[in-house]
Amino acid sequence: MTALAKVPGAVLRLRRGRRPGSAALLVGGVLTACLVGIALTSLVWTPEDPARMRILQKLRGPLVSGALGTDHLGRDVASMLMRGAFNSLTTAFAAVGVGVGLGTLAGVAAAANSRLDAVLMRVCDALFALPPILSAIMLGALLGPGALTAIIAIGVFMIPVFARVTRGAAMQIWAREYIMAARMAGKGTARITAEHVLPNIAGQIIVQVTIQLAMAILTEAGLSFLGLGLPPPAPTWGRMLAESQTYLTQAPHLALAPGLAIAAAVLGLNLLGDGLAARLDPRRRQAS
Amino acid sequence: MLAIRNLSIAFPGAAGPVRVVDDVSVEVGRGESLGIVGESGSGKSMLSLAAIGLLPRTARTSGEILLEGQDILRMGERALCGLRGRRIGMIFQEPMTALNPAMTAGQQIAEGIRLHRRVGRAEARAEALRLLDRVRIPDPARRIDSYPHEMSGGQRQRVGIAIALALEPDLLIADEPTTALDVTVQKEILDILDELVADLGLSLILISHDLGVIARSTDRTLVLCRGRAVEQGATAAVLRHPTAQYTRDLIAALPRRARAGLGEGPPLAAGGGAR
Amino acid sequence: MTAPLLSIENLTRDYALRGRGGATRTLRAVDDVSLAVEAGSVFAVVGESGCGKSTLARIVMALDRPTSGTVRLGGDDLFALSPTALARKRRDFQMVFQDPYGSLNPRHSVGRIVAEPLCLLDDAPRGRDRQALIARALEEVGLPGSAAARYPHEFSGGQRQRIAIARALITRPKLVVADEAVSALDLSIQAQILRLILGLRDRHGLTVLFITHNLGVVDEIADRVGVMQAGRLVETGTVREVLDHPREDYTRKLLAAEPTLAVLAQRERRAWRAGPLASCD
Repeated sequence: MTALAKVPGAVLRLRRGRRPGSAALLVGGVLTACLVGIALTSLVWTPEDPARMRILQKLRGPLVSGALGTDHLGRDVASMLMRGAFNSLTTAFAAVGVGVGLGTLAGVAAAANSRLDAVLMRVCDALFALPPILSAIMLGALLGPGALTAIIAIGVFMIPVFARVTRGAAMQIWAREYIMAARMAGKGTARITAEHVLPNIAGQIIVQVTIQLAMAILTEAGLSFLGLGLPPPAPTWGRMLAESQTYLTQAPHLALAPGLAIAAAVLGLNLLGDGLAARLDPRRRQAS
Repeated sequence: MLAIRNLSIAFPGAAGPVRVVDDVSVEVGRGESLGIVGESGSGKSMLSLAAIGLLPRTARTSGEILLEGQDILRMGERALCGLRGRRIGMIFQEPMTALNPAMTAGQQIAEGIRLHRRVGRAEARAEALRLLDRVRIPDPARRIDSYPHEMSGGQRQRVGIAIALALEPDLLIADEPTTALDVTVQKEILDILDELVADLGLSLILISHDLGVIARSTDRTLVLCRGRAVEQGATAAVLRHPTAQYTRDLIAALPRRARAGLGEGPPLAAGGGAR
Repeated sequence: MTAPLLSIENLTRDYALRGRGGATRTLRAVDDVSLAVEAGSVFAVVGESGCGKSTLARIVMALDRPTSGTVRLGGDDLFALSPTALARKRRDFQMVFQDPYGSLNPRHSVGRIVAEPLCLLDDAPRGRDRQALIARALEEVGLPGSAAARYPHEFSGGQRQRIAIARALITRPKLVVADEAVSALDLSIQAQILRLILGLRDRHGLTVLFITHNLGVVDEIADRVGVMQAGRLVETGTVREVLDHPREDYTRKLLAAEPTLAVLAQRERRAWRAGPLASCD
């Protein structure tokens, strides 16, 4: 009880603290660390084998059988949730990896070369115009459902996001006089980008990565919900949510557990992103 | 008009409070122009922000700033709002950031006029036109419908002055109003400020790092060094016979040309001789 | 008379501007400019904003290409050189920029910043020799050699400009272009930096193209001066000729607008004249 009573005080104190975004950073960081911790733990230990079916113990409530009960096939929900965290996170990380890799490349290239800029930005516009879920369904029809489909489908739609953010930030850096100084040192575009541009925009990209990770988790859950994610028996939060629908009145915990997990993950990553953005924003840093 | 008495301004810092203005006292009379000169970090801008009650919230102040007997430092936000603009007008260094990019020059001036007096749109527009003419903007009938980005720096600054004048203030505070401008434009803007003091009897506080500007447009001068008033007096006396070492250093740091002709004699003569 | 180190002939630079409704028009930023700068001298280009002086500086530094005309440095036409030859040539000319806050990468140490142009040298020193060279370059501009390990934000504006000068000089260039290099500094710091530049000129026979809007600074530092207006060089001559006996109206207008302490005497005379007249009424 005393521990609970202390929390709001701590949050308040952080909010009044001099460094911006401290509270968001702390809460977001803790939530994200828990998420990653649980996902990694699931590789070596889960209370039960998440794929083990025990039909006789199906649809048990929380604490009756396992911490979070069992589903319609008698699988342990807590274990599925843990393994699901790993599956969701790896898909999200891989997708954001695709997005940040290609997107940053396109962004810095566009910022450095005005002719490339026109072409790349029109391509980005086109990608933005495609509805992600529908396109993922099409892609799923083409490639068949699976991790790769989810990664490509989510990743491709992150490319323009990262391209835009990177391009804008990089263009500001290109306008600085130290870039001129680097050109006076005979350095070419690629070298200036590596030495001067990327280190100065890394903060902004990292902030975007955390926010897009949250988006990716959400989209992955959506795709799994539609059956376009990892194939069974690998548990994912999205499919747990989909399968729970049938038993919503009998066993609401089946929907609540993955739903809250998704919400917590998205909230944690978004808070982390906001906190980092506040901390890395030079204007807000000066004000402190 | 405005009397600053023993004003100190401090900000909380990592190692205790940092004093940016330290026990400064100065007065500006009606129809008088006061120059505040100092290098960057001398606290001259903080002094002007204090005079219109726009200091950051974290600032700790002591002393008083009396505008015709009322202490600005002890006024509530409501009273301050009535004061800003109406009694004290402000002219900023970079008019591009001080103007609203989405409104035409005429709209921004008329907004001030209508805030101040109950007049119709047409009348406010006519008044705005008159003000634009007063600040000698070229082709005011066309400029009244121009947006800030369509104007040059000098024209924007003229609009900035017109906006300040719209509320008919008694005191103008100009914080480095010509620093971002070319010298020929600077001369024109300073001419306008001189006229406002001479013709309308406005009081002017002109903040500048440029002693040439101070010499040209102010009656009295306050020299600030790291928040302290190291010297003040009639501008000519301060510049001709500085008593503080800091003032002497400031004058010595001027290019020869700017220093030349400080005494009597024809201007722009005596270039400086052999190198 | 020695051959000039830098000679600019009939230099013109046009920019295409996209006006309203997609119509393009050309802006002539630099218009048929010719000038020559002798080795070891300081040539100032003075003019108001938008007169094309910074474009001129960028072209002389081969950061931009002219529409027509030539820039010769030590006899070589910069824009006739192959990219490799131009890169090799870059060690002979460097630049000091206006903004001491924007011209140093905040994430690089001072040592790394100062050493950046060394990548122009095939025989750039490495290891301890390199550190010694950086320390010497910093000491030459009046900073301690230990500054190399620190970061730009730890230095004041004047110190940052010294760092920028150390960077410009590390390859021992023949020509340095200073684009409004003292405009952002307080007056007392400005005077120090001008003295530093003159000292380096005397010690190393450096040639300086000094771009500025400030006639007072021109008077302090330059041997010769060119006045630019709307892309054209309207008047060129020695500092004494141009500042004391200007031929062009524009130069006179610039000189008259310059704020100087001489106005005190003018104001007093005006007040004196106004005084008796007022009492006559």
